[in-house]
Amino acid sequence: MLVTISFYLLAFVAIASAMMVVVSRNPVHSVMFLIVTFISAAGLFILMGAEFIALLLVMVYVGAVAVLFLFVVMMLDVDFVELKQGFLQYLPFGFVLALILLAEMIMVGAAYFSGESKKMVKFDSEKSNLERFGEVLYTEYAFFFEAAGLVLLVAMIGAIVLTLREREGVKKQDVSKQIARTPETAIEMVDLESGKGVGS
Amino acid sequence: MANLILSSEFSPLMWFLIKFAQVGLFVGVLSILVAALVLADRKIWAAVHMRRGPNVVGAFGLLQTIADALKFFFKELVIPAGTDKILFIAAPIIALVMAFLAWAVVPVAPGWVISDINIGVLYVLAISSLGVYGIIIGGWASNSKYPFMGALRSAAQMISYEVSIGFIILTVIFLTGSMNLTEIVAAQEGGFWNWHMFYLNFENPAHLVLFPVMFYMGVLFFISALAETNRPPFDLPEAESELVAGYQVEYSSTPFLMYFFGEYVNIMLLSGMMTILFLGGWYAPIDIGVQFIPPFFWFFAKCAFLFFLFAMVKAIVPRYRYDQLMRLGWKVFLPTALIAIMIVATVVTFFGTGAA
Repeated sequence: MLVTISFYLLAFVAIASAMMVVVSRNPVHSVMFLIVTFISAAGLFILMGAEFIALLLVMVYVGAVAVLFLFVVMMLDVDFVELKQGFLQYLPFGFVLALILLAEMIMVGAAYFSGESKKMVKFDSEKSNLERFGEVLYTEYAFFFEAAGLVLLVAMIGAIVLTLREREGVKKQDVSKQIARTPETAIEMVDLESGKGVGS
Repeated sequence: MANLILSSEFSPLMWFLIKFAQVGLFVGVLSILVAALVLADRKIWAAVHMRRGPNVVGAFGLLQTIADALKFFFKELVIPAGTDKILFIAAPIIALVMAFLAWAVVPVAPGWVISDINIGVLYVLAISSLGVYGIIIGGWASNSKYPFMGALRSAAQMISYEVSIGFIILTVIFLTGSMNLTEIVAAQEGGFWNWHMFYLNFENPAHLVLFPVMFYMGVLFFISALAETNRPPFDLPEAESELVAGYQVEYSSTPFLMYFFGEYVNIMLLSGMMTILFLGGWYAPIDIGVQFIPPFFWFFAKCAFLFFLFAMVKAIVPRYRYDQLMRLGWKVFLPTALIAIMIVATVVTFFGTGAA
């Protein structure tokens, strides 16, 4: 009873705010609604007993990805009213995308309810979510896990290579050099005669 | 109280009422503590400066914070023109609620916890990563330059240090083999040499190698906590000499109070987390002859000591420059925390976990 009510509430909020992401005029509001969608989805995961995925969703998507979205969107200086004009020309393309999504969902649903045996992890209520995850992730799917990590590493290195540039003649703080300075290397003692400068 | 908290044999209504009462108790105690902490903060700061600090309202200025809070409540709420009104009001509420939310899983004494979930550490991390929204939305909704700069700085800072905090916590999780905060505390029972900060595990001699590593992790956690709560020396988001007051510039009255409140609740949360993860939670430093002291006292004393350190750091350490802050987070904390994870993981894999 309570679970059903919560499910419909969360599902409604998720879908409604997902709609609002597309509909709302202000892009920052769009990101806010996207966050609401993520959190509702996390709530749905908790209802399914997958609290680990739920918290991971909040941590990764809401805590990191959406913050970066917000960063970019907040700093955009685009006239969004102008951008929204001619919006309808994307309608056919969006329609095709929606159709593909619908087809995929129908296929997944049909496959799920077809009665064929599915490859699923056995539900073992003795162990926590986390343990079950670890057991599968680091044994059966160890290779895919490592491969995913490598892909992310490559992406990270790529991003750094693209943005890192060493310019000549730019003054930078070199900490080790600063710390290595001693009075002997930093101070020069000069005997000054009165009426003459330090020059030459 | 302890047995009431964990039993779930009540009807949903009864469960709701009990949880409601517990949440009310936590919020009430935390609010009173915030009032005390703000005063303590100012007094310690003043003492370092050889000033008296607040001493007019009440005996020794004890009622100063309450007077300040009342003042904020009765001030007019000014919403500047051109702000995004809904988000402008929502931002401080988000900041305050997220600060309180994380306390739901923090055990302050055996069984004294609202929700004893298995992935408590993850929950605290997730909620504290939500806390950044209060600041970033507030800065943007103000429609002003200084708040916006403050918000951007703060978001970058909090995300950077959350990464290293996550890795530091991982070392503790490796040692205890659990993400449940109660179990993490339970693993540090019996004397300060079992605390993760001073980790001298004589039962499993291989673990003695980890003493310097874990001590270093504790220090790192404390510094990251300073950065995570935007406290000096990492108070770049509100650096008054650069950004006036950062993301709070346009805020007045109750919303400002909410930000202020949320900040102190967050400081208490991170002191509490440090106590739980590294300083043995509610256990006494030496477990002989002090059984008559309730466990809650030890938790409170450790938190208070950590808060004292927070206040002292504010008084004596100069503010970091922004690039120095980022360098410290990404080039010092992150790599060393990763190396520490490798060491701890190796020891745990080959010599077993702490409980030999």
